[in-house]
Amino acid sequence: MSGVGQAVSGELIGEQQSSTGSAVQIMRRFLRHRLAMPSLVVLVLLLVVCFGAAVIAPYPRGLQDLLLGPTGPSPEHWLGTDEIGRDYLSEILYAGQVSLAIGLAVAVLSTLVGTALGAIAGYVGGWIGELLMRITDLFLIVPAIALIAIIVQGLGPSPVTIVLALAALGWTYIARVVRGQVLSLRERDFIDAARGIGASSVRIIASHLLPNLVGIVVVAMSLSVASAIIVESTLSFLGFGVQPPDTSWGAMLSQAAGYVGTDRVYLLYFPGLFILVTVLCVNFIGDGLRDALDPQGKQL
Amino acid sequence: MAEGSADVSSSLTVDHLVKEYRVGGGLLRRRASVVQAVSDVSLSIEAGKTFGLVGESGCGKSSLGRTVARLQTGESGSIRLGGDEISRVSGRSLRAIRRRVQFVFQDPYASLNPRKSVRATLAEPLAIHRLHRGQESRRVSELLEQVGLNPAHADRYPHEFSGGQRQRIGIARALAVEPEVIVLDEPVSALDVSIQAGVLNLLDELQGRLGLTYLFIAHDLSVVRHLSDRVGVMYLGRMVEQGPVDRLYEHPMHPYTQALLSAIPVPDPKVERARQRIVLRGDVPSPVSPPSGCRFRTRCWKATEKCAIETPELVDLGEGQSVACHYPAERTVF
Repeated sequence: MSGVGQAVSGELIGEQQSSTGSAVQIMRRFLRHRLAMPSLVVLVLLLVVCFGAAVIAPYPRGLQDLLLGPTGPSPEHWLGTDEIGRDYLSEILYAGQVSLAIGLAVAVLSTLVGTALGAIAGYVGGWIGELLMRITDLFLIVPAIALIAIIVQGLGPSPVTIVLALAALGWTYIARVVRGQVLSLRERDFIDAARGIGASSVRIIASHLLPNLVGIVVVAMSLSVASAIIVESTLSFLGFGVQPPDTSWGAMLSQAAGYVGTDRVYLLYFPGLFILVTVLCVNFIGDGLRDALDPQGKQL
Repeated sequence: MAEGSADVSSSLTVDHLVKEYRVGGGLLRRRASVVQAVSDVSLSIEAGKTFGLVGESGCGKSSLGRTVARLQTGESGSIRLGGDEISRVSGRSLRAIRRRVQFVFQDPYASLNPRKSVRATLAEPLAIHRLHRGQESRRVSELLEQVGLNPAHADRYPHEFSGGQRQRIGIARALAVEPEVIVLDEPVSALDVSIQAGVLNLLDELQGRLGLTYLFIAHDLSVVRHLSDRVGVMYLGRMVEQGPVDRLYEHPMHPYTQALLSAIPVPDPKVERARQRIVLRGDVPSPVSPPSGCRFRTRCWKATEKCAIETPELVDLGEGQSVACHYPAERTVF
């Protein structure tokens, strides 16, 4: 049989992996991922230092030292101080609570809603699918920032309303991507095969479609963490975001926007750096998850 | 629900089945044309026997198979399984029918979910129909053994298997619910020739052991001859000739059947050189606007005016053979 070659190579990669449960296998593949594991460590570290800021931060929240004023990085203030003498590292850690919470909450919410509605729109089709897609079209033609600003203004600018407003827009992007993928998966024989053995629509979506969507959903989710943090910073810049004394990385970024070209430009770099690191970590973790969940286990 | 007319020993009877597809059209463009992929096809298969269905690609044989297996619903006509009419059932009763009719797909690469291990793939029908509860693992091993695979490989994923092995997994999935009828949609045409024989022998052996009834769809006439008891030839959605396998292969009466049979190469070079091949000119006409009267007339060397006006009905010629042609004539093609 010409299958012998393939069977043998299957033997080689198969033996250690296939004998163990698939959850263990996925874990192992994820742990071996060169970028995902360090990223996960960094992200967890970020979460710990930000949400543990009350204990970890070197200075209390919002402690001003007007006599000191803005200083660059120094042994006392690792990331320097801002114009009213607050320790910038402490400020960034407290701001990170808001940014990370908004980024992750928006990503989770919009992914859940977007995946569910996108899968239904793609699989069921008909007038339901048509209706769902026209709604996402509606969100596309309305200027997002203006809409979010209005929602936040109407409901009061708290982190919770910002999350809801961002998720209300964010799900449409994921729904679109998921629907496209479902439309192509739906035509594959294995979906027909599932129907042929009597699987219900719910089972087909949950057990056959979603596992095959993990890759793009994870990537879309990591992108939406990034875009949520960035859109939140835009909102803060426009004055619709988190309101003082609350602050976020985006708000700090926009406060420091005027310092480009001055010696206080570090006030711009540090929040930007934290946003960058967070977004990169989430993206790499997304990559790692996608690879780990793929049984064909593409090795890096 | 028995309708009297059905042969008692007949396991599967298809009567005047029509399957249409809408082409084009949409929300704004209301005008959609209709393609009749299967038009007015009838056939019946005795329990435990194999009906071979042949024809060029696009002739509607797969549409017929999918409709029979209720992967889709026909526009009109009836499909009877034993005494039960199954062409219109839905919901709970459709699920019950799924236990009795199964389908094996042509492409073993597309028909298995790449994210599911073999065990998960085979256990799913058991879970859906609540079969072998508590014994699923044993049943999965049993199924794998039945199709000649190593039960120790149950936790592997489809990509770790070759095409022939995957097709065996597809067959095992069909067997999982212990069906009466299996529709085999070109089950070996995607496989290497060397592997085809193994899968065909497996199908043959399973039929003998489990008393299965097959609707075997293929475009390879020699494969069909090996496995079938009766054979039907389709052209552009219509059945043009059917009959017992030897009768049809040795005394083909329809010009299209003769042309198809003449395309089978003969392994003897002397005979091969001497024999006369019938070469059809032109392409299969578009099914959107099939020719009037006999659909084969545009490529038939015998076509007359009558063929353009009158649609030939399937006429019984005796000995179980029937043909839809105005000028049926025997012609030796070997």
